[in-house]
Amino acid sequence: MSLITTLARLEAVSTGRARPAATVRHRHLSERPLVFVPLTTAGEAGAPLGALVGTDRDAPRLLAVPQPRDRDLRFAFLAELADVVLPYIDGCAEAVEAAERSETDPETGKRVKVEVELCADAPQLIVPSRAGVDLVRLLGRSTRFRRTAEQDPEAPFPAPPRVPLLGRWLTHFGERARVPGSSLLPAMTDLLSRHWATGQSSLEDQHLGALLAWIDPPPGRSGAEAAREAELARDADGQLRCPPAGPATDPAFDNRLLAPAIERYDRARTALAAAQDGLEADERLGALTAAEQEIRKLVESRTRPTWDAVWRGLDLLRALPEGARVEERWTRDRWSFTGHRDRVLAGEPPQPRRDDAVTAANKLATREREQARLEAQEALDDPLVMAGRRLSGEAFAGEVTDVVMAYSESKRPSPRPLVTVRTDDRPHLGARTRVYRSLGGKPQAAEFIGYEDEDETDGHQTDGHGRDCAEEGPAGEGPAGEGLSGKGPAAGGLLVLRIMDKMGRGKEPEAGSVPEKGDRLCFTLFEHEPRGGAKLPDPEETPWTHGGPPGAEAATPEAADPVTEEDVL
Amino acid sequence: MDKATLAGALGSPSVFGQSQFAFVRGNAFEAKVKADGGTELLRLVHEKLDRSAEPPAAARVPDLSAAGHAGRAARTELALGEAVLAPGEWTLLDHPLLALDVAGSPAFLEPDAVVVHPDGRWTVVEIKSFPLLDGSADPAKVGAAARQAAVYVLALEEVAARLATAPDAPGEAPRVRHRILLVCPKDFSNLPTASAVDVRKQRAVTARQLARLTRIEHIADALPEGICFAPELPREQLTASVESVPASYAPECLSACELAFHCRDRSRAQDAVTTLGRPVRAELGGLTTVEDVLAAARGELGDPGDPTVAALRRAAALRAEALAGAEAPTGAQALAGVPGTAPAEVAPCL
Repeated sequence: MSLITTLARLEAVSTGRARPAATVRHRHLSERPLVFVPLTTAGEAGAPLGALVGTDRDAPRLLAVPQPRDRDLRFAFLAELADVVLPYIDGCAEAVEAAERSETDPETGKRVKVEVELCADAPQLIVPSRAGVDLVRLLGRSTRFRRTAEQDPEAPFPAPPRVPLLGRWLTHFGERARVPGSSLLPAMTDLLSRHWATGQSSLEDQHLGALLAWIDPPPGRSGAEAAREAELARDADGQLRCPPAGPATDPAFDNRLLAPAIERYDRARTALAAAQDGLEADERLGALTAAEQEIRKLVESRTRPTWDAVWRGLDLLRALPEGARVEERWTRDRWSFTGHRDRVLAGEPPQPRRDDAVTAANKLATREREQARLEAQEALDDPLVMAGRRLSGEAFAGEVTDVVMAYSESKRPSPRPLVTVRTDDRPHLGARTRVYRSLGGKPQAAEFIGYEDEDETDGHQTDGHGRDCAEEGPAGEGPAGEGLSGKGPAAGGLLVLRIMDKMGRGKEPEAGSVPEKGDRLCFTLFEHEPRGGAKLPDPEETPWTHGGPPGAEAATPEAADPVTEEDVL
Repeated sequence: MDKATLAGALGSPSVFGQSQFAFVRGNAFEAKVKADGGTELLRLVHEKLDRSAEPPAAARVPDLSAAGHAGRAARTELALGEAVLAPGEWTLLDHPLLALDVAGSPAFLEPDAVVVHPDGRWTVVEIKSFPLLDGSADPAKVGAAARQAAVYVLALEEVAARLATAPDAPGEAPRVRHRILLVCPKDFSNLPTASAVDVRKQRAVTARQLARLTRIEHIADALPEGICFAPELPREQLTASVESVPASYAPECLSACELAFHCRDRSRAQDAVTTLGRPVRAELGGLTTVEDVLAAARGELGDPGDPTVAALRRAAALRAEALAGAEAPTGAQALAGVPGTAPAEVAPCL
């Protein structure tokens, strides 16, 4: 956490309200997201208890498993979930636009452009918290290897038809959620805490109710009070007024409400099975339905507040203007979505349990590259993030005080103007350090030449800066600013930069490509479009150090999990 | 002392509790693992930890029941001593009770099981109901299990040392293995699978922490006369009693201590920056209260030569500049200009 964020948190403590941690929205929000609020049963590895799911905030679809230990009921839940999720995904998969992708031509080995389809939009699945993201991944893992009756008529306990497909999609969402900056499967707590700094620790920010209480407290109350109430307040029954965002439920709810309801359901089911004649069965079926309804109501009572909270969070986030480079990152999500759509259509087997060496290395490289890209893009989109980078010496902003035309010493001299910038920032600059500024959305590179002596420049001496420098420059650092060029003082001052590119081909730089005196610019020490590492080999060329090329066992699709009597999923 | 009741009486009830579903499932799984005299459990110990030993065909499962905690602990010690005297045999101790000295008062610990190998060495077995999915489990839960097992290892080492100094000791002290066996359900089934976990690091950390703990008598000595923590006392009196014991709250307490919400309220009332997390406290050096930090950032307090203060002022200036430059977020949050923002004149005039 940078000092700027810390300061924002402290301000939040002092004012009793969350403070902005971003001035623009850094994540894409779909026009029509699919919100998923799941609940699980305590003690079972992600056995679903119920969920609210849907794209319409006023009409969520309620799913419930009246007896979570019953395999058939769990499968019914997953089939219902598939009925909601898969049509939503298909809706995005249909509309496509033409795009180009460079591929290696198998015959010539050259990189060529190929026309491909790119889905015009991608689905966005929003869960309340990070634990929800983990549950999506777990559900994906538990269902993608299942066999339906059609695939394998012999298998015991066949899964409903679309469940394995649902598992493959949930797995894809779960994997994509690990890529920094991606928006296919965001957690609401992450989205909100990215954009607001609350007066509590990041640990407490994981509680969606408390987080919202800080960001948008009820009138007349402080965030701290409202957050405490969201965390602890209980009604007369001893139930939390703001139920946890799940998927885990509150133990008091399990013990006092859910367990008796499940027991009643079990009793009604046993009674129905023991019914003697049709009339009796009808009556007992009524009792069973009533017991099931009761559990559905309980599930809804625990998920509905979270459902509303997620939509309220969406409202708050939508009020922020979208960052300029968010669309570009969303396009990457669309590529990822289109890629998986094509793999499913091509009939490829489900994602393996463990990635092979090349896939794993590729995923890791992607995450590292995207992390660097995200950091650079957020800083360029948002002056508040850039302020953090300036504070840490990775960027500086200032006014151009002088521009001197100069040329390179090659046969055809190209323009290499020298620009003097006055800054109060303290960038970590060494000789010939490359710095970048954004010129019409593209990075323009410059080279750091040295510091200029303050006294030699006319004008711009201390108009307004004096006080600031005196206040900020601790003893000993100020005088260093008057040192000779090339010696690195820490207190900023006048920096001379040589502009290196983006000035056109001619001898004279193109209009607008060279900064002018009086311009206010922001240079970064980090690249705007970070490059990834070297290309990794194809799976067929995996080196022996990493297990060698995939053998015959990789060609056969992975077997389903063996089914046992006591499976929890 | 029942800290949960105390927290409730203080008006900041604890949020801990166990769902009966988790409880039932945990017990059912443990019973399954230990069924048939621990055949499955011993097979796992043999397979994961001690392949060179004789496979466990039959094992001794001594009866450890006795009256009271001290009695059960003594019975466990006796059974361990007998097991050491029976080399070449596997012994399974189901729910033994161990005593460990914590800050001068004895604490009783109950591992899920302890296995004595044919070579006389001891292994702690921890049975958990979180799954081992495709060979890996939640690292946070494994870490917690390892820390728990490390305490058992320490307690067993004390027993071993006592056995070695007994009059009829067989010679050197029996060794406690530093690799424990963690038994979990496999994937989505209820079938047990296991993994050996090295707890040397956790053991060292716990041993050091136990040695450093303030003795409980010293804490008691420091308390004023007449302090009482009975939950039926009026809230003010109880609060005063709890106040008399120094506590240093950090957000991590919330996941470990029943009184954490109470301590958090006190910490917030004192305006301590630690409520935002220990790293924040570390970052801010000598400034320990929120108002001090904000005043320092506004330039009203602190020595500008202090690097922390200088950095804070720069941060405040940069933040104010960025927020002023960007349009105030509309909608629910019209926040720019709220008091508490650094005054504008601190902002550099770029």
